[in-house]
Amino acid sequence: MKRPENLVFRLGTGLFGLVLVLVVVAIGVELSRQSWLSIQKFGLNFWRTETWDPVAGEFGALPFIWGTLYSSILSLLIAAPIALGIAIFISELCPNRLKPALVFLTELLAAIPSIVYGLWGIFVLVPAVRAFEVSFPQSLKWIPLFSGPPFGLGMLAAALILAVMVIPFTSSVAREVLKSVPVAQREGAYALGATRFEAISAALFYARTGIVGAVLLGFGRALGETMAVTMVIGNNPRISLSLFAPQHTMSAVLANEFTEAAEPLYLSALIEIGLVLFVITLVVNSLSRLLIWSMARPARKAAATTVVPAVESAA
Amino acid sequence: MTAGTRRRKFVSSLFVAFCAASVLLALVPLAFVLFFVVSQGVQSLNLAFFTHMPAPTGEAGGGMANAIVGSLIIVGLGALFAIPVGILSGVYMSEYAGTRFASLVRFAADTLNGVPSIVIGVFVYGIAVLPFKQFSAFAGGLALGVMMIPIIARTTEELLLLVPGTMREGALALGATHARAVFTVVVPSAAQGIMTGIVLAIARIAGETAPLLFTSLNNRFFTTKLTQPISSLTVQVYTYASSPYQDQHRQAWAGALVLVAIVLTCSLLARFATRRLESLNPR
Repeated sequence: MKRPENLVFRLGTGLFGLVLVLVVVAIGVELSRQSWLSIQKFGLNFWRTETWDPVAGEFGALPFIWGTLYSSILSLLIAAPIALGIAIFISELCPNRLKPALVFLTELLAAIPSIVYGLWGIFVLVPAVRAFEVSFPQSLKWIPLFSGPPFGLGMLAAALILAVMVIPFTSSVAREVLKSVPVAQREGAYALGATRFEAISAALFYARTGIVGAVLLGFGRALGETMAVTMVIGNNPRISLSLFAPQHTMSAVLANEFTEAAEPLYLSALIEIGLVLFVITLVVNSLSRLLIWSMARPARKAAATTVVPAVESAA
Repeated sequence: MTAGTRRRKFVSSLFVAFCAASVLLALVPLAFVLFFVVSQGVQSLNLAFFTHMPAPTGEAGGGMANAIVGSLIIVGLGALFAIPVGILSGVYMSEYAGTRFASLVRFAADTLNGVPSIVIGVFVYGIAVLPFKQFSAFAGGLALGVMMIPIIARTTEELLLLVPGTMREGALALGATHARAVFTVVVPSAAQGIMTGIVLAIARIAGETAPLLFTSLNNRFFTTKLTQPISSLTVQVYTYASSPYQDQHRQAWAGALVLVAIVLTCSLLARFATRRLESLNPR
């Protein structure tokens, strides 16, 4: 059994596995090292102040954090219900013959490059949003969400485009999670006379941790999305509640200003934004994976031992 | 039927309607994007787009020959970095699936997969641009490679786990070493699936812009030098999209059409390949 060749094989392939681990560690180390100048100079104030003035050497990153979180949360408010609806429709409601086509089409949404969404955003979505903002009733303008002049470019366009881009990720994970709910549970509900809504909401309740995980996964995607957002959000580092206001995000400021950053401090400040974006997405993604995993794994084990294959294909 | 039952049935059909509507709601933007990319792109796509260099700013005509070649070079480099690392680490994760280190590698792969592409760009800028004070095709390829590795690794792992254990055991029983069993029996039987995974990874990565912005940068001229800044389709589309010239907008749409065509072709190919795979080994 213990042949030396086998040890060589294990170490050899393991070495390539180690490359993956090292890359992740290296990203953290390299970003911290490069942003050290800014971390030392500004400390926590970097994240508490909102003046971003590279010429004067003032760097406050609050507007970017705000823009990233606000746009991602808004996009999730739009995307999460739709993505869940799609997952439920595909896994529970639609005829089996339609399933592969719908899965393919929703996954196509994820395959379209970000830059193409951005191009479409600039030339099609933004003018449409501007028209909507222009026709927005003046009597409702006092609400902070809708204040400000109609630019078209801004938070609303960014949230809409992000929602479209996030939907396929959340819906495909939610579909997997729903698959892991024991079929017997739904059959039991139907046998007791439950309507479709009642049976499915019971399944959703059973799968709640995984569903939260799926939504968080979408959140992680939205946080890091760069090109499409950069092209439609207006790139204005101003904190505002208004959906109509041009704002900025962490990824957008990197895409816009990185190559112009000639000062070491400026570059270091930008890299610190990258570091924090890395850490936030790492935490969100790990949490989401933990939730999905805790849901999908025990169920898979149960499916392997108890559920008769015939039942599975009937569902 | 009592009032209560009627209400329950009504709520239920509302719910079903909502789910069906959300599918339509997601397909509308897809149809819109594809419609505009095709209708705008077709108008501007011609032979010159593939064979000519960009026209001077403000002048009509020209093409993206340099960007197309640049994209091929960068994506090719990325694949060159990522395929060996991806496949071999995938082999490790599936062959030693229960071990702690395999879980760590899997965690690293999933983490890397979730790192925003712009952050990968910043990272590669730090390790491959800053030390040489030079934006380069090599750095761009490295950035795309880093993004491809986790996709290929996880696909390889999942496909190898589907190979029946009896095949591996058969090879081992005949006296093969573990490596021989894996590379001559297990991996070949999953080869088609792994190829599909690689094609999908390439399709996904070919559309990336953010990691190239400050690694391979852009170049107005034709170059194949790996140590020079190089143009790419995606960065070129970005540059043109934000320019004030109508003609450059048209070029951007043409570029977007080419990108979407690449992605669509790869996805369709992969889909037919997996379908054939499934019909060959029914589960």
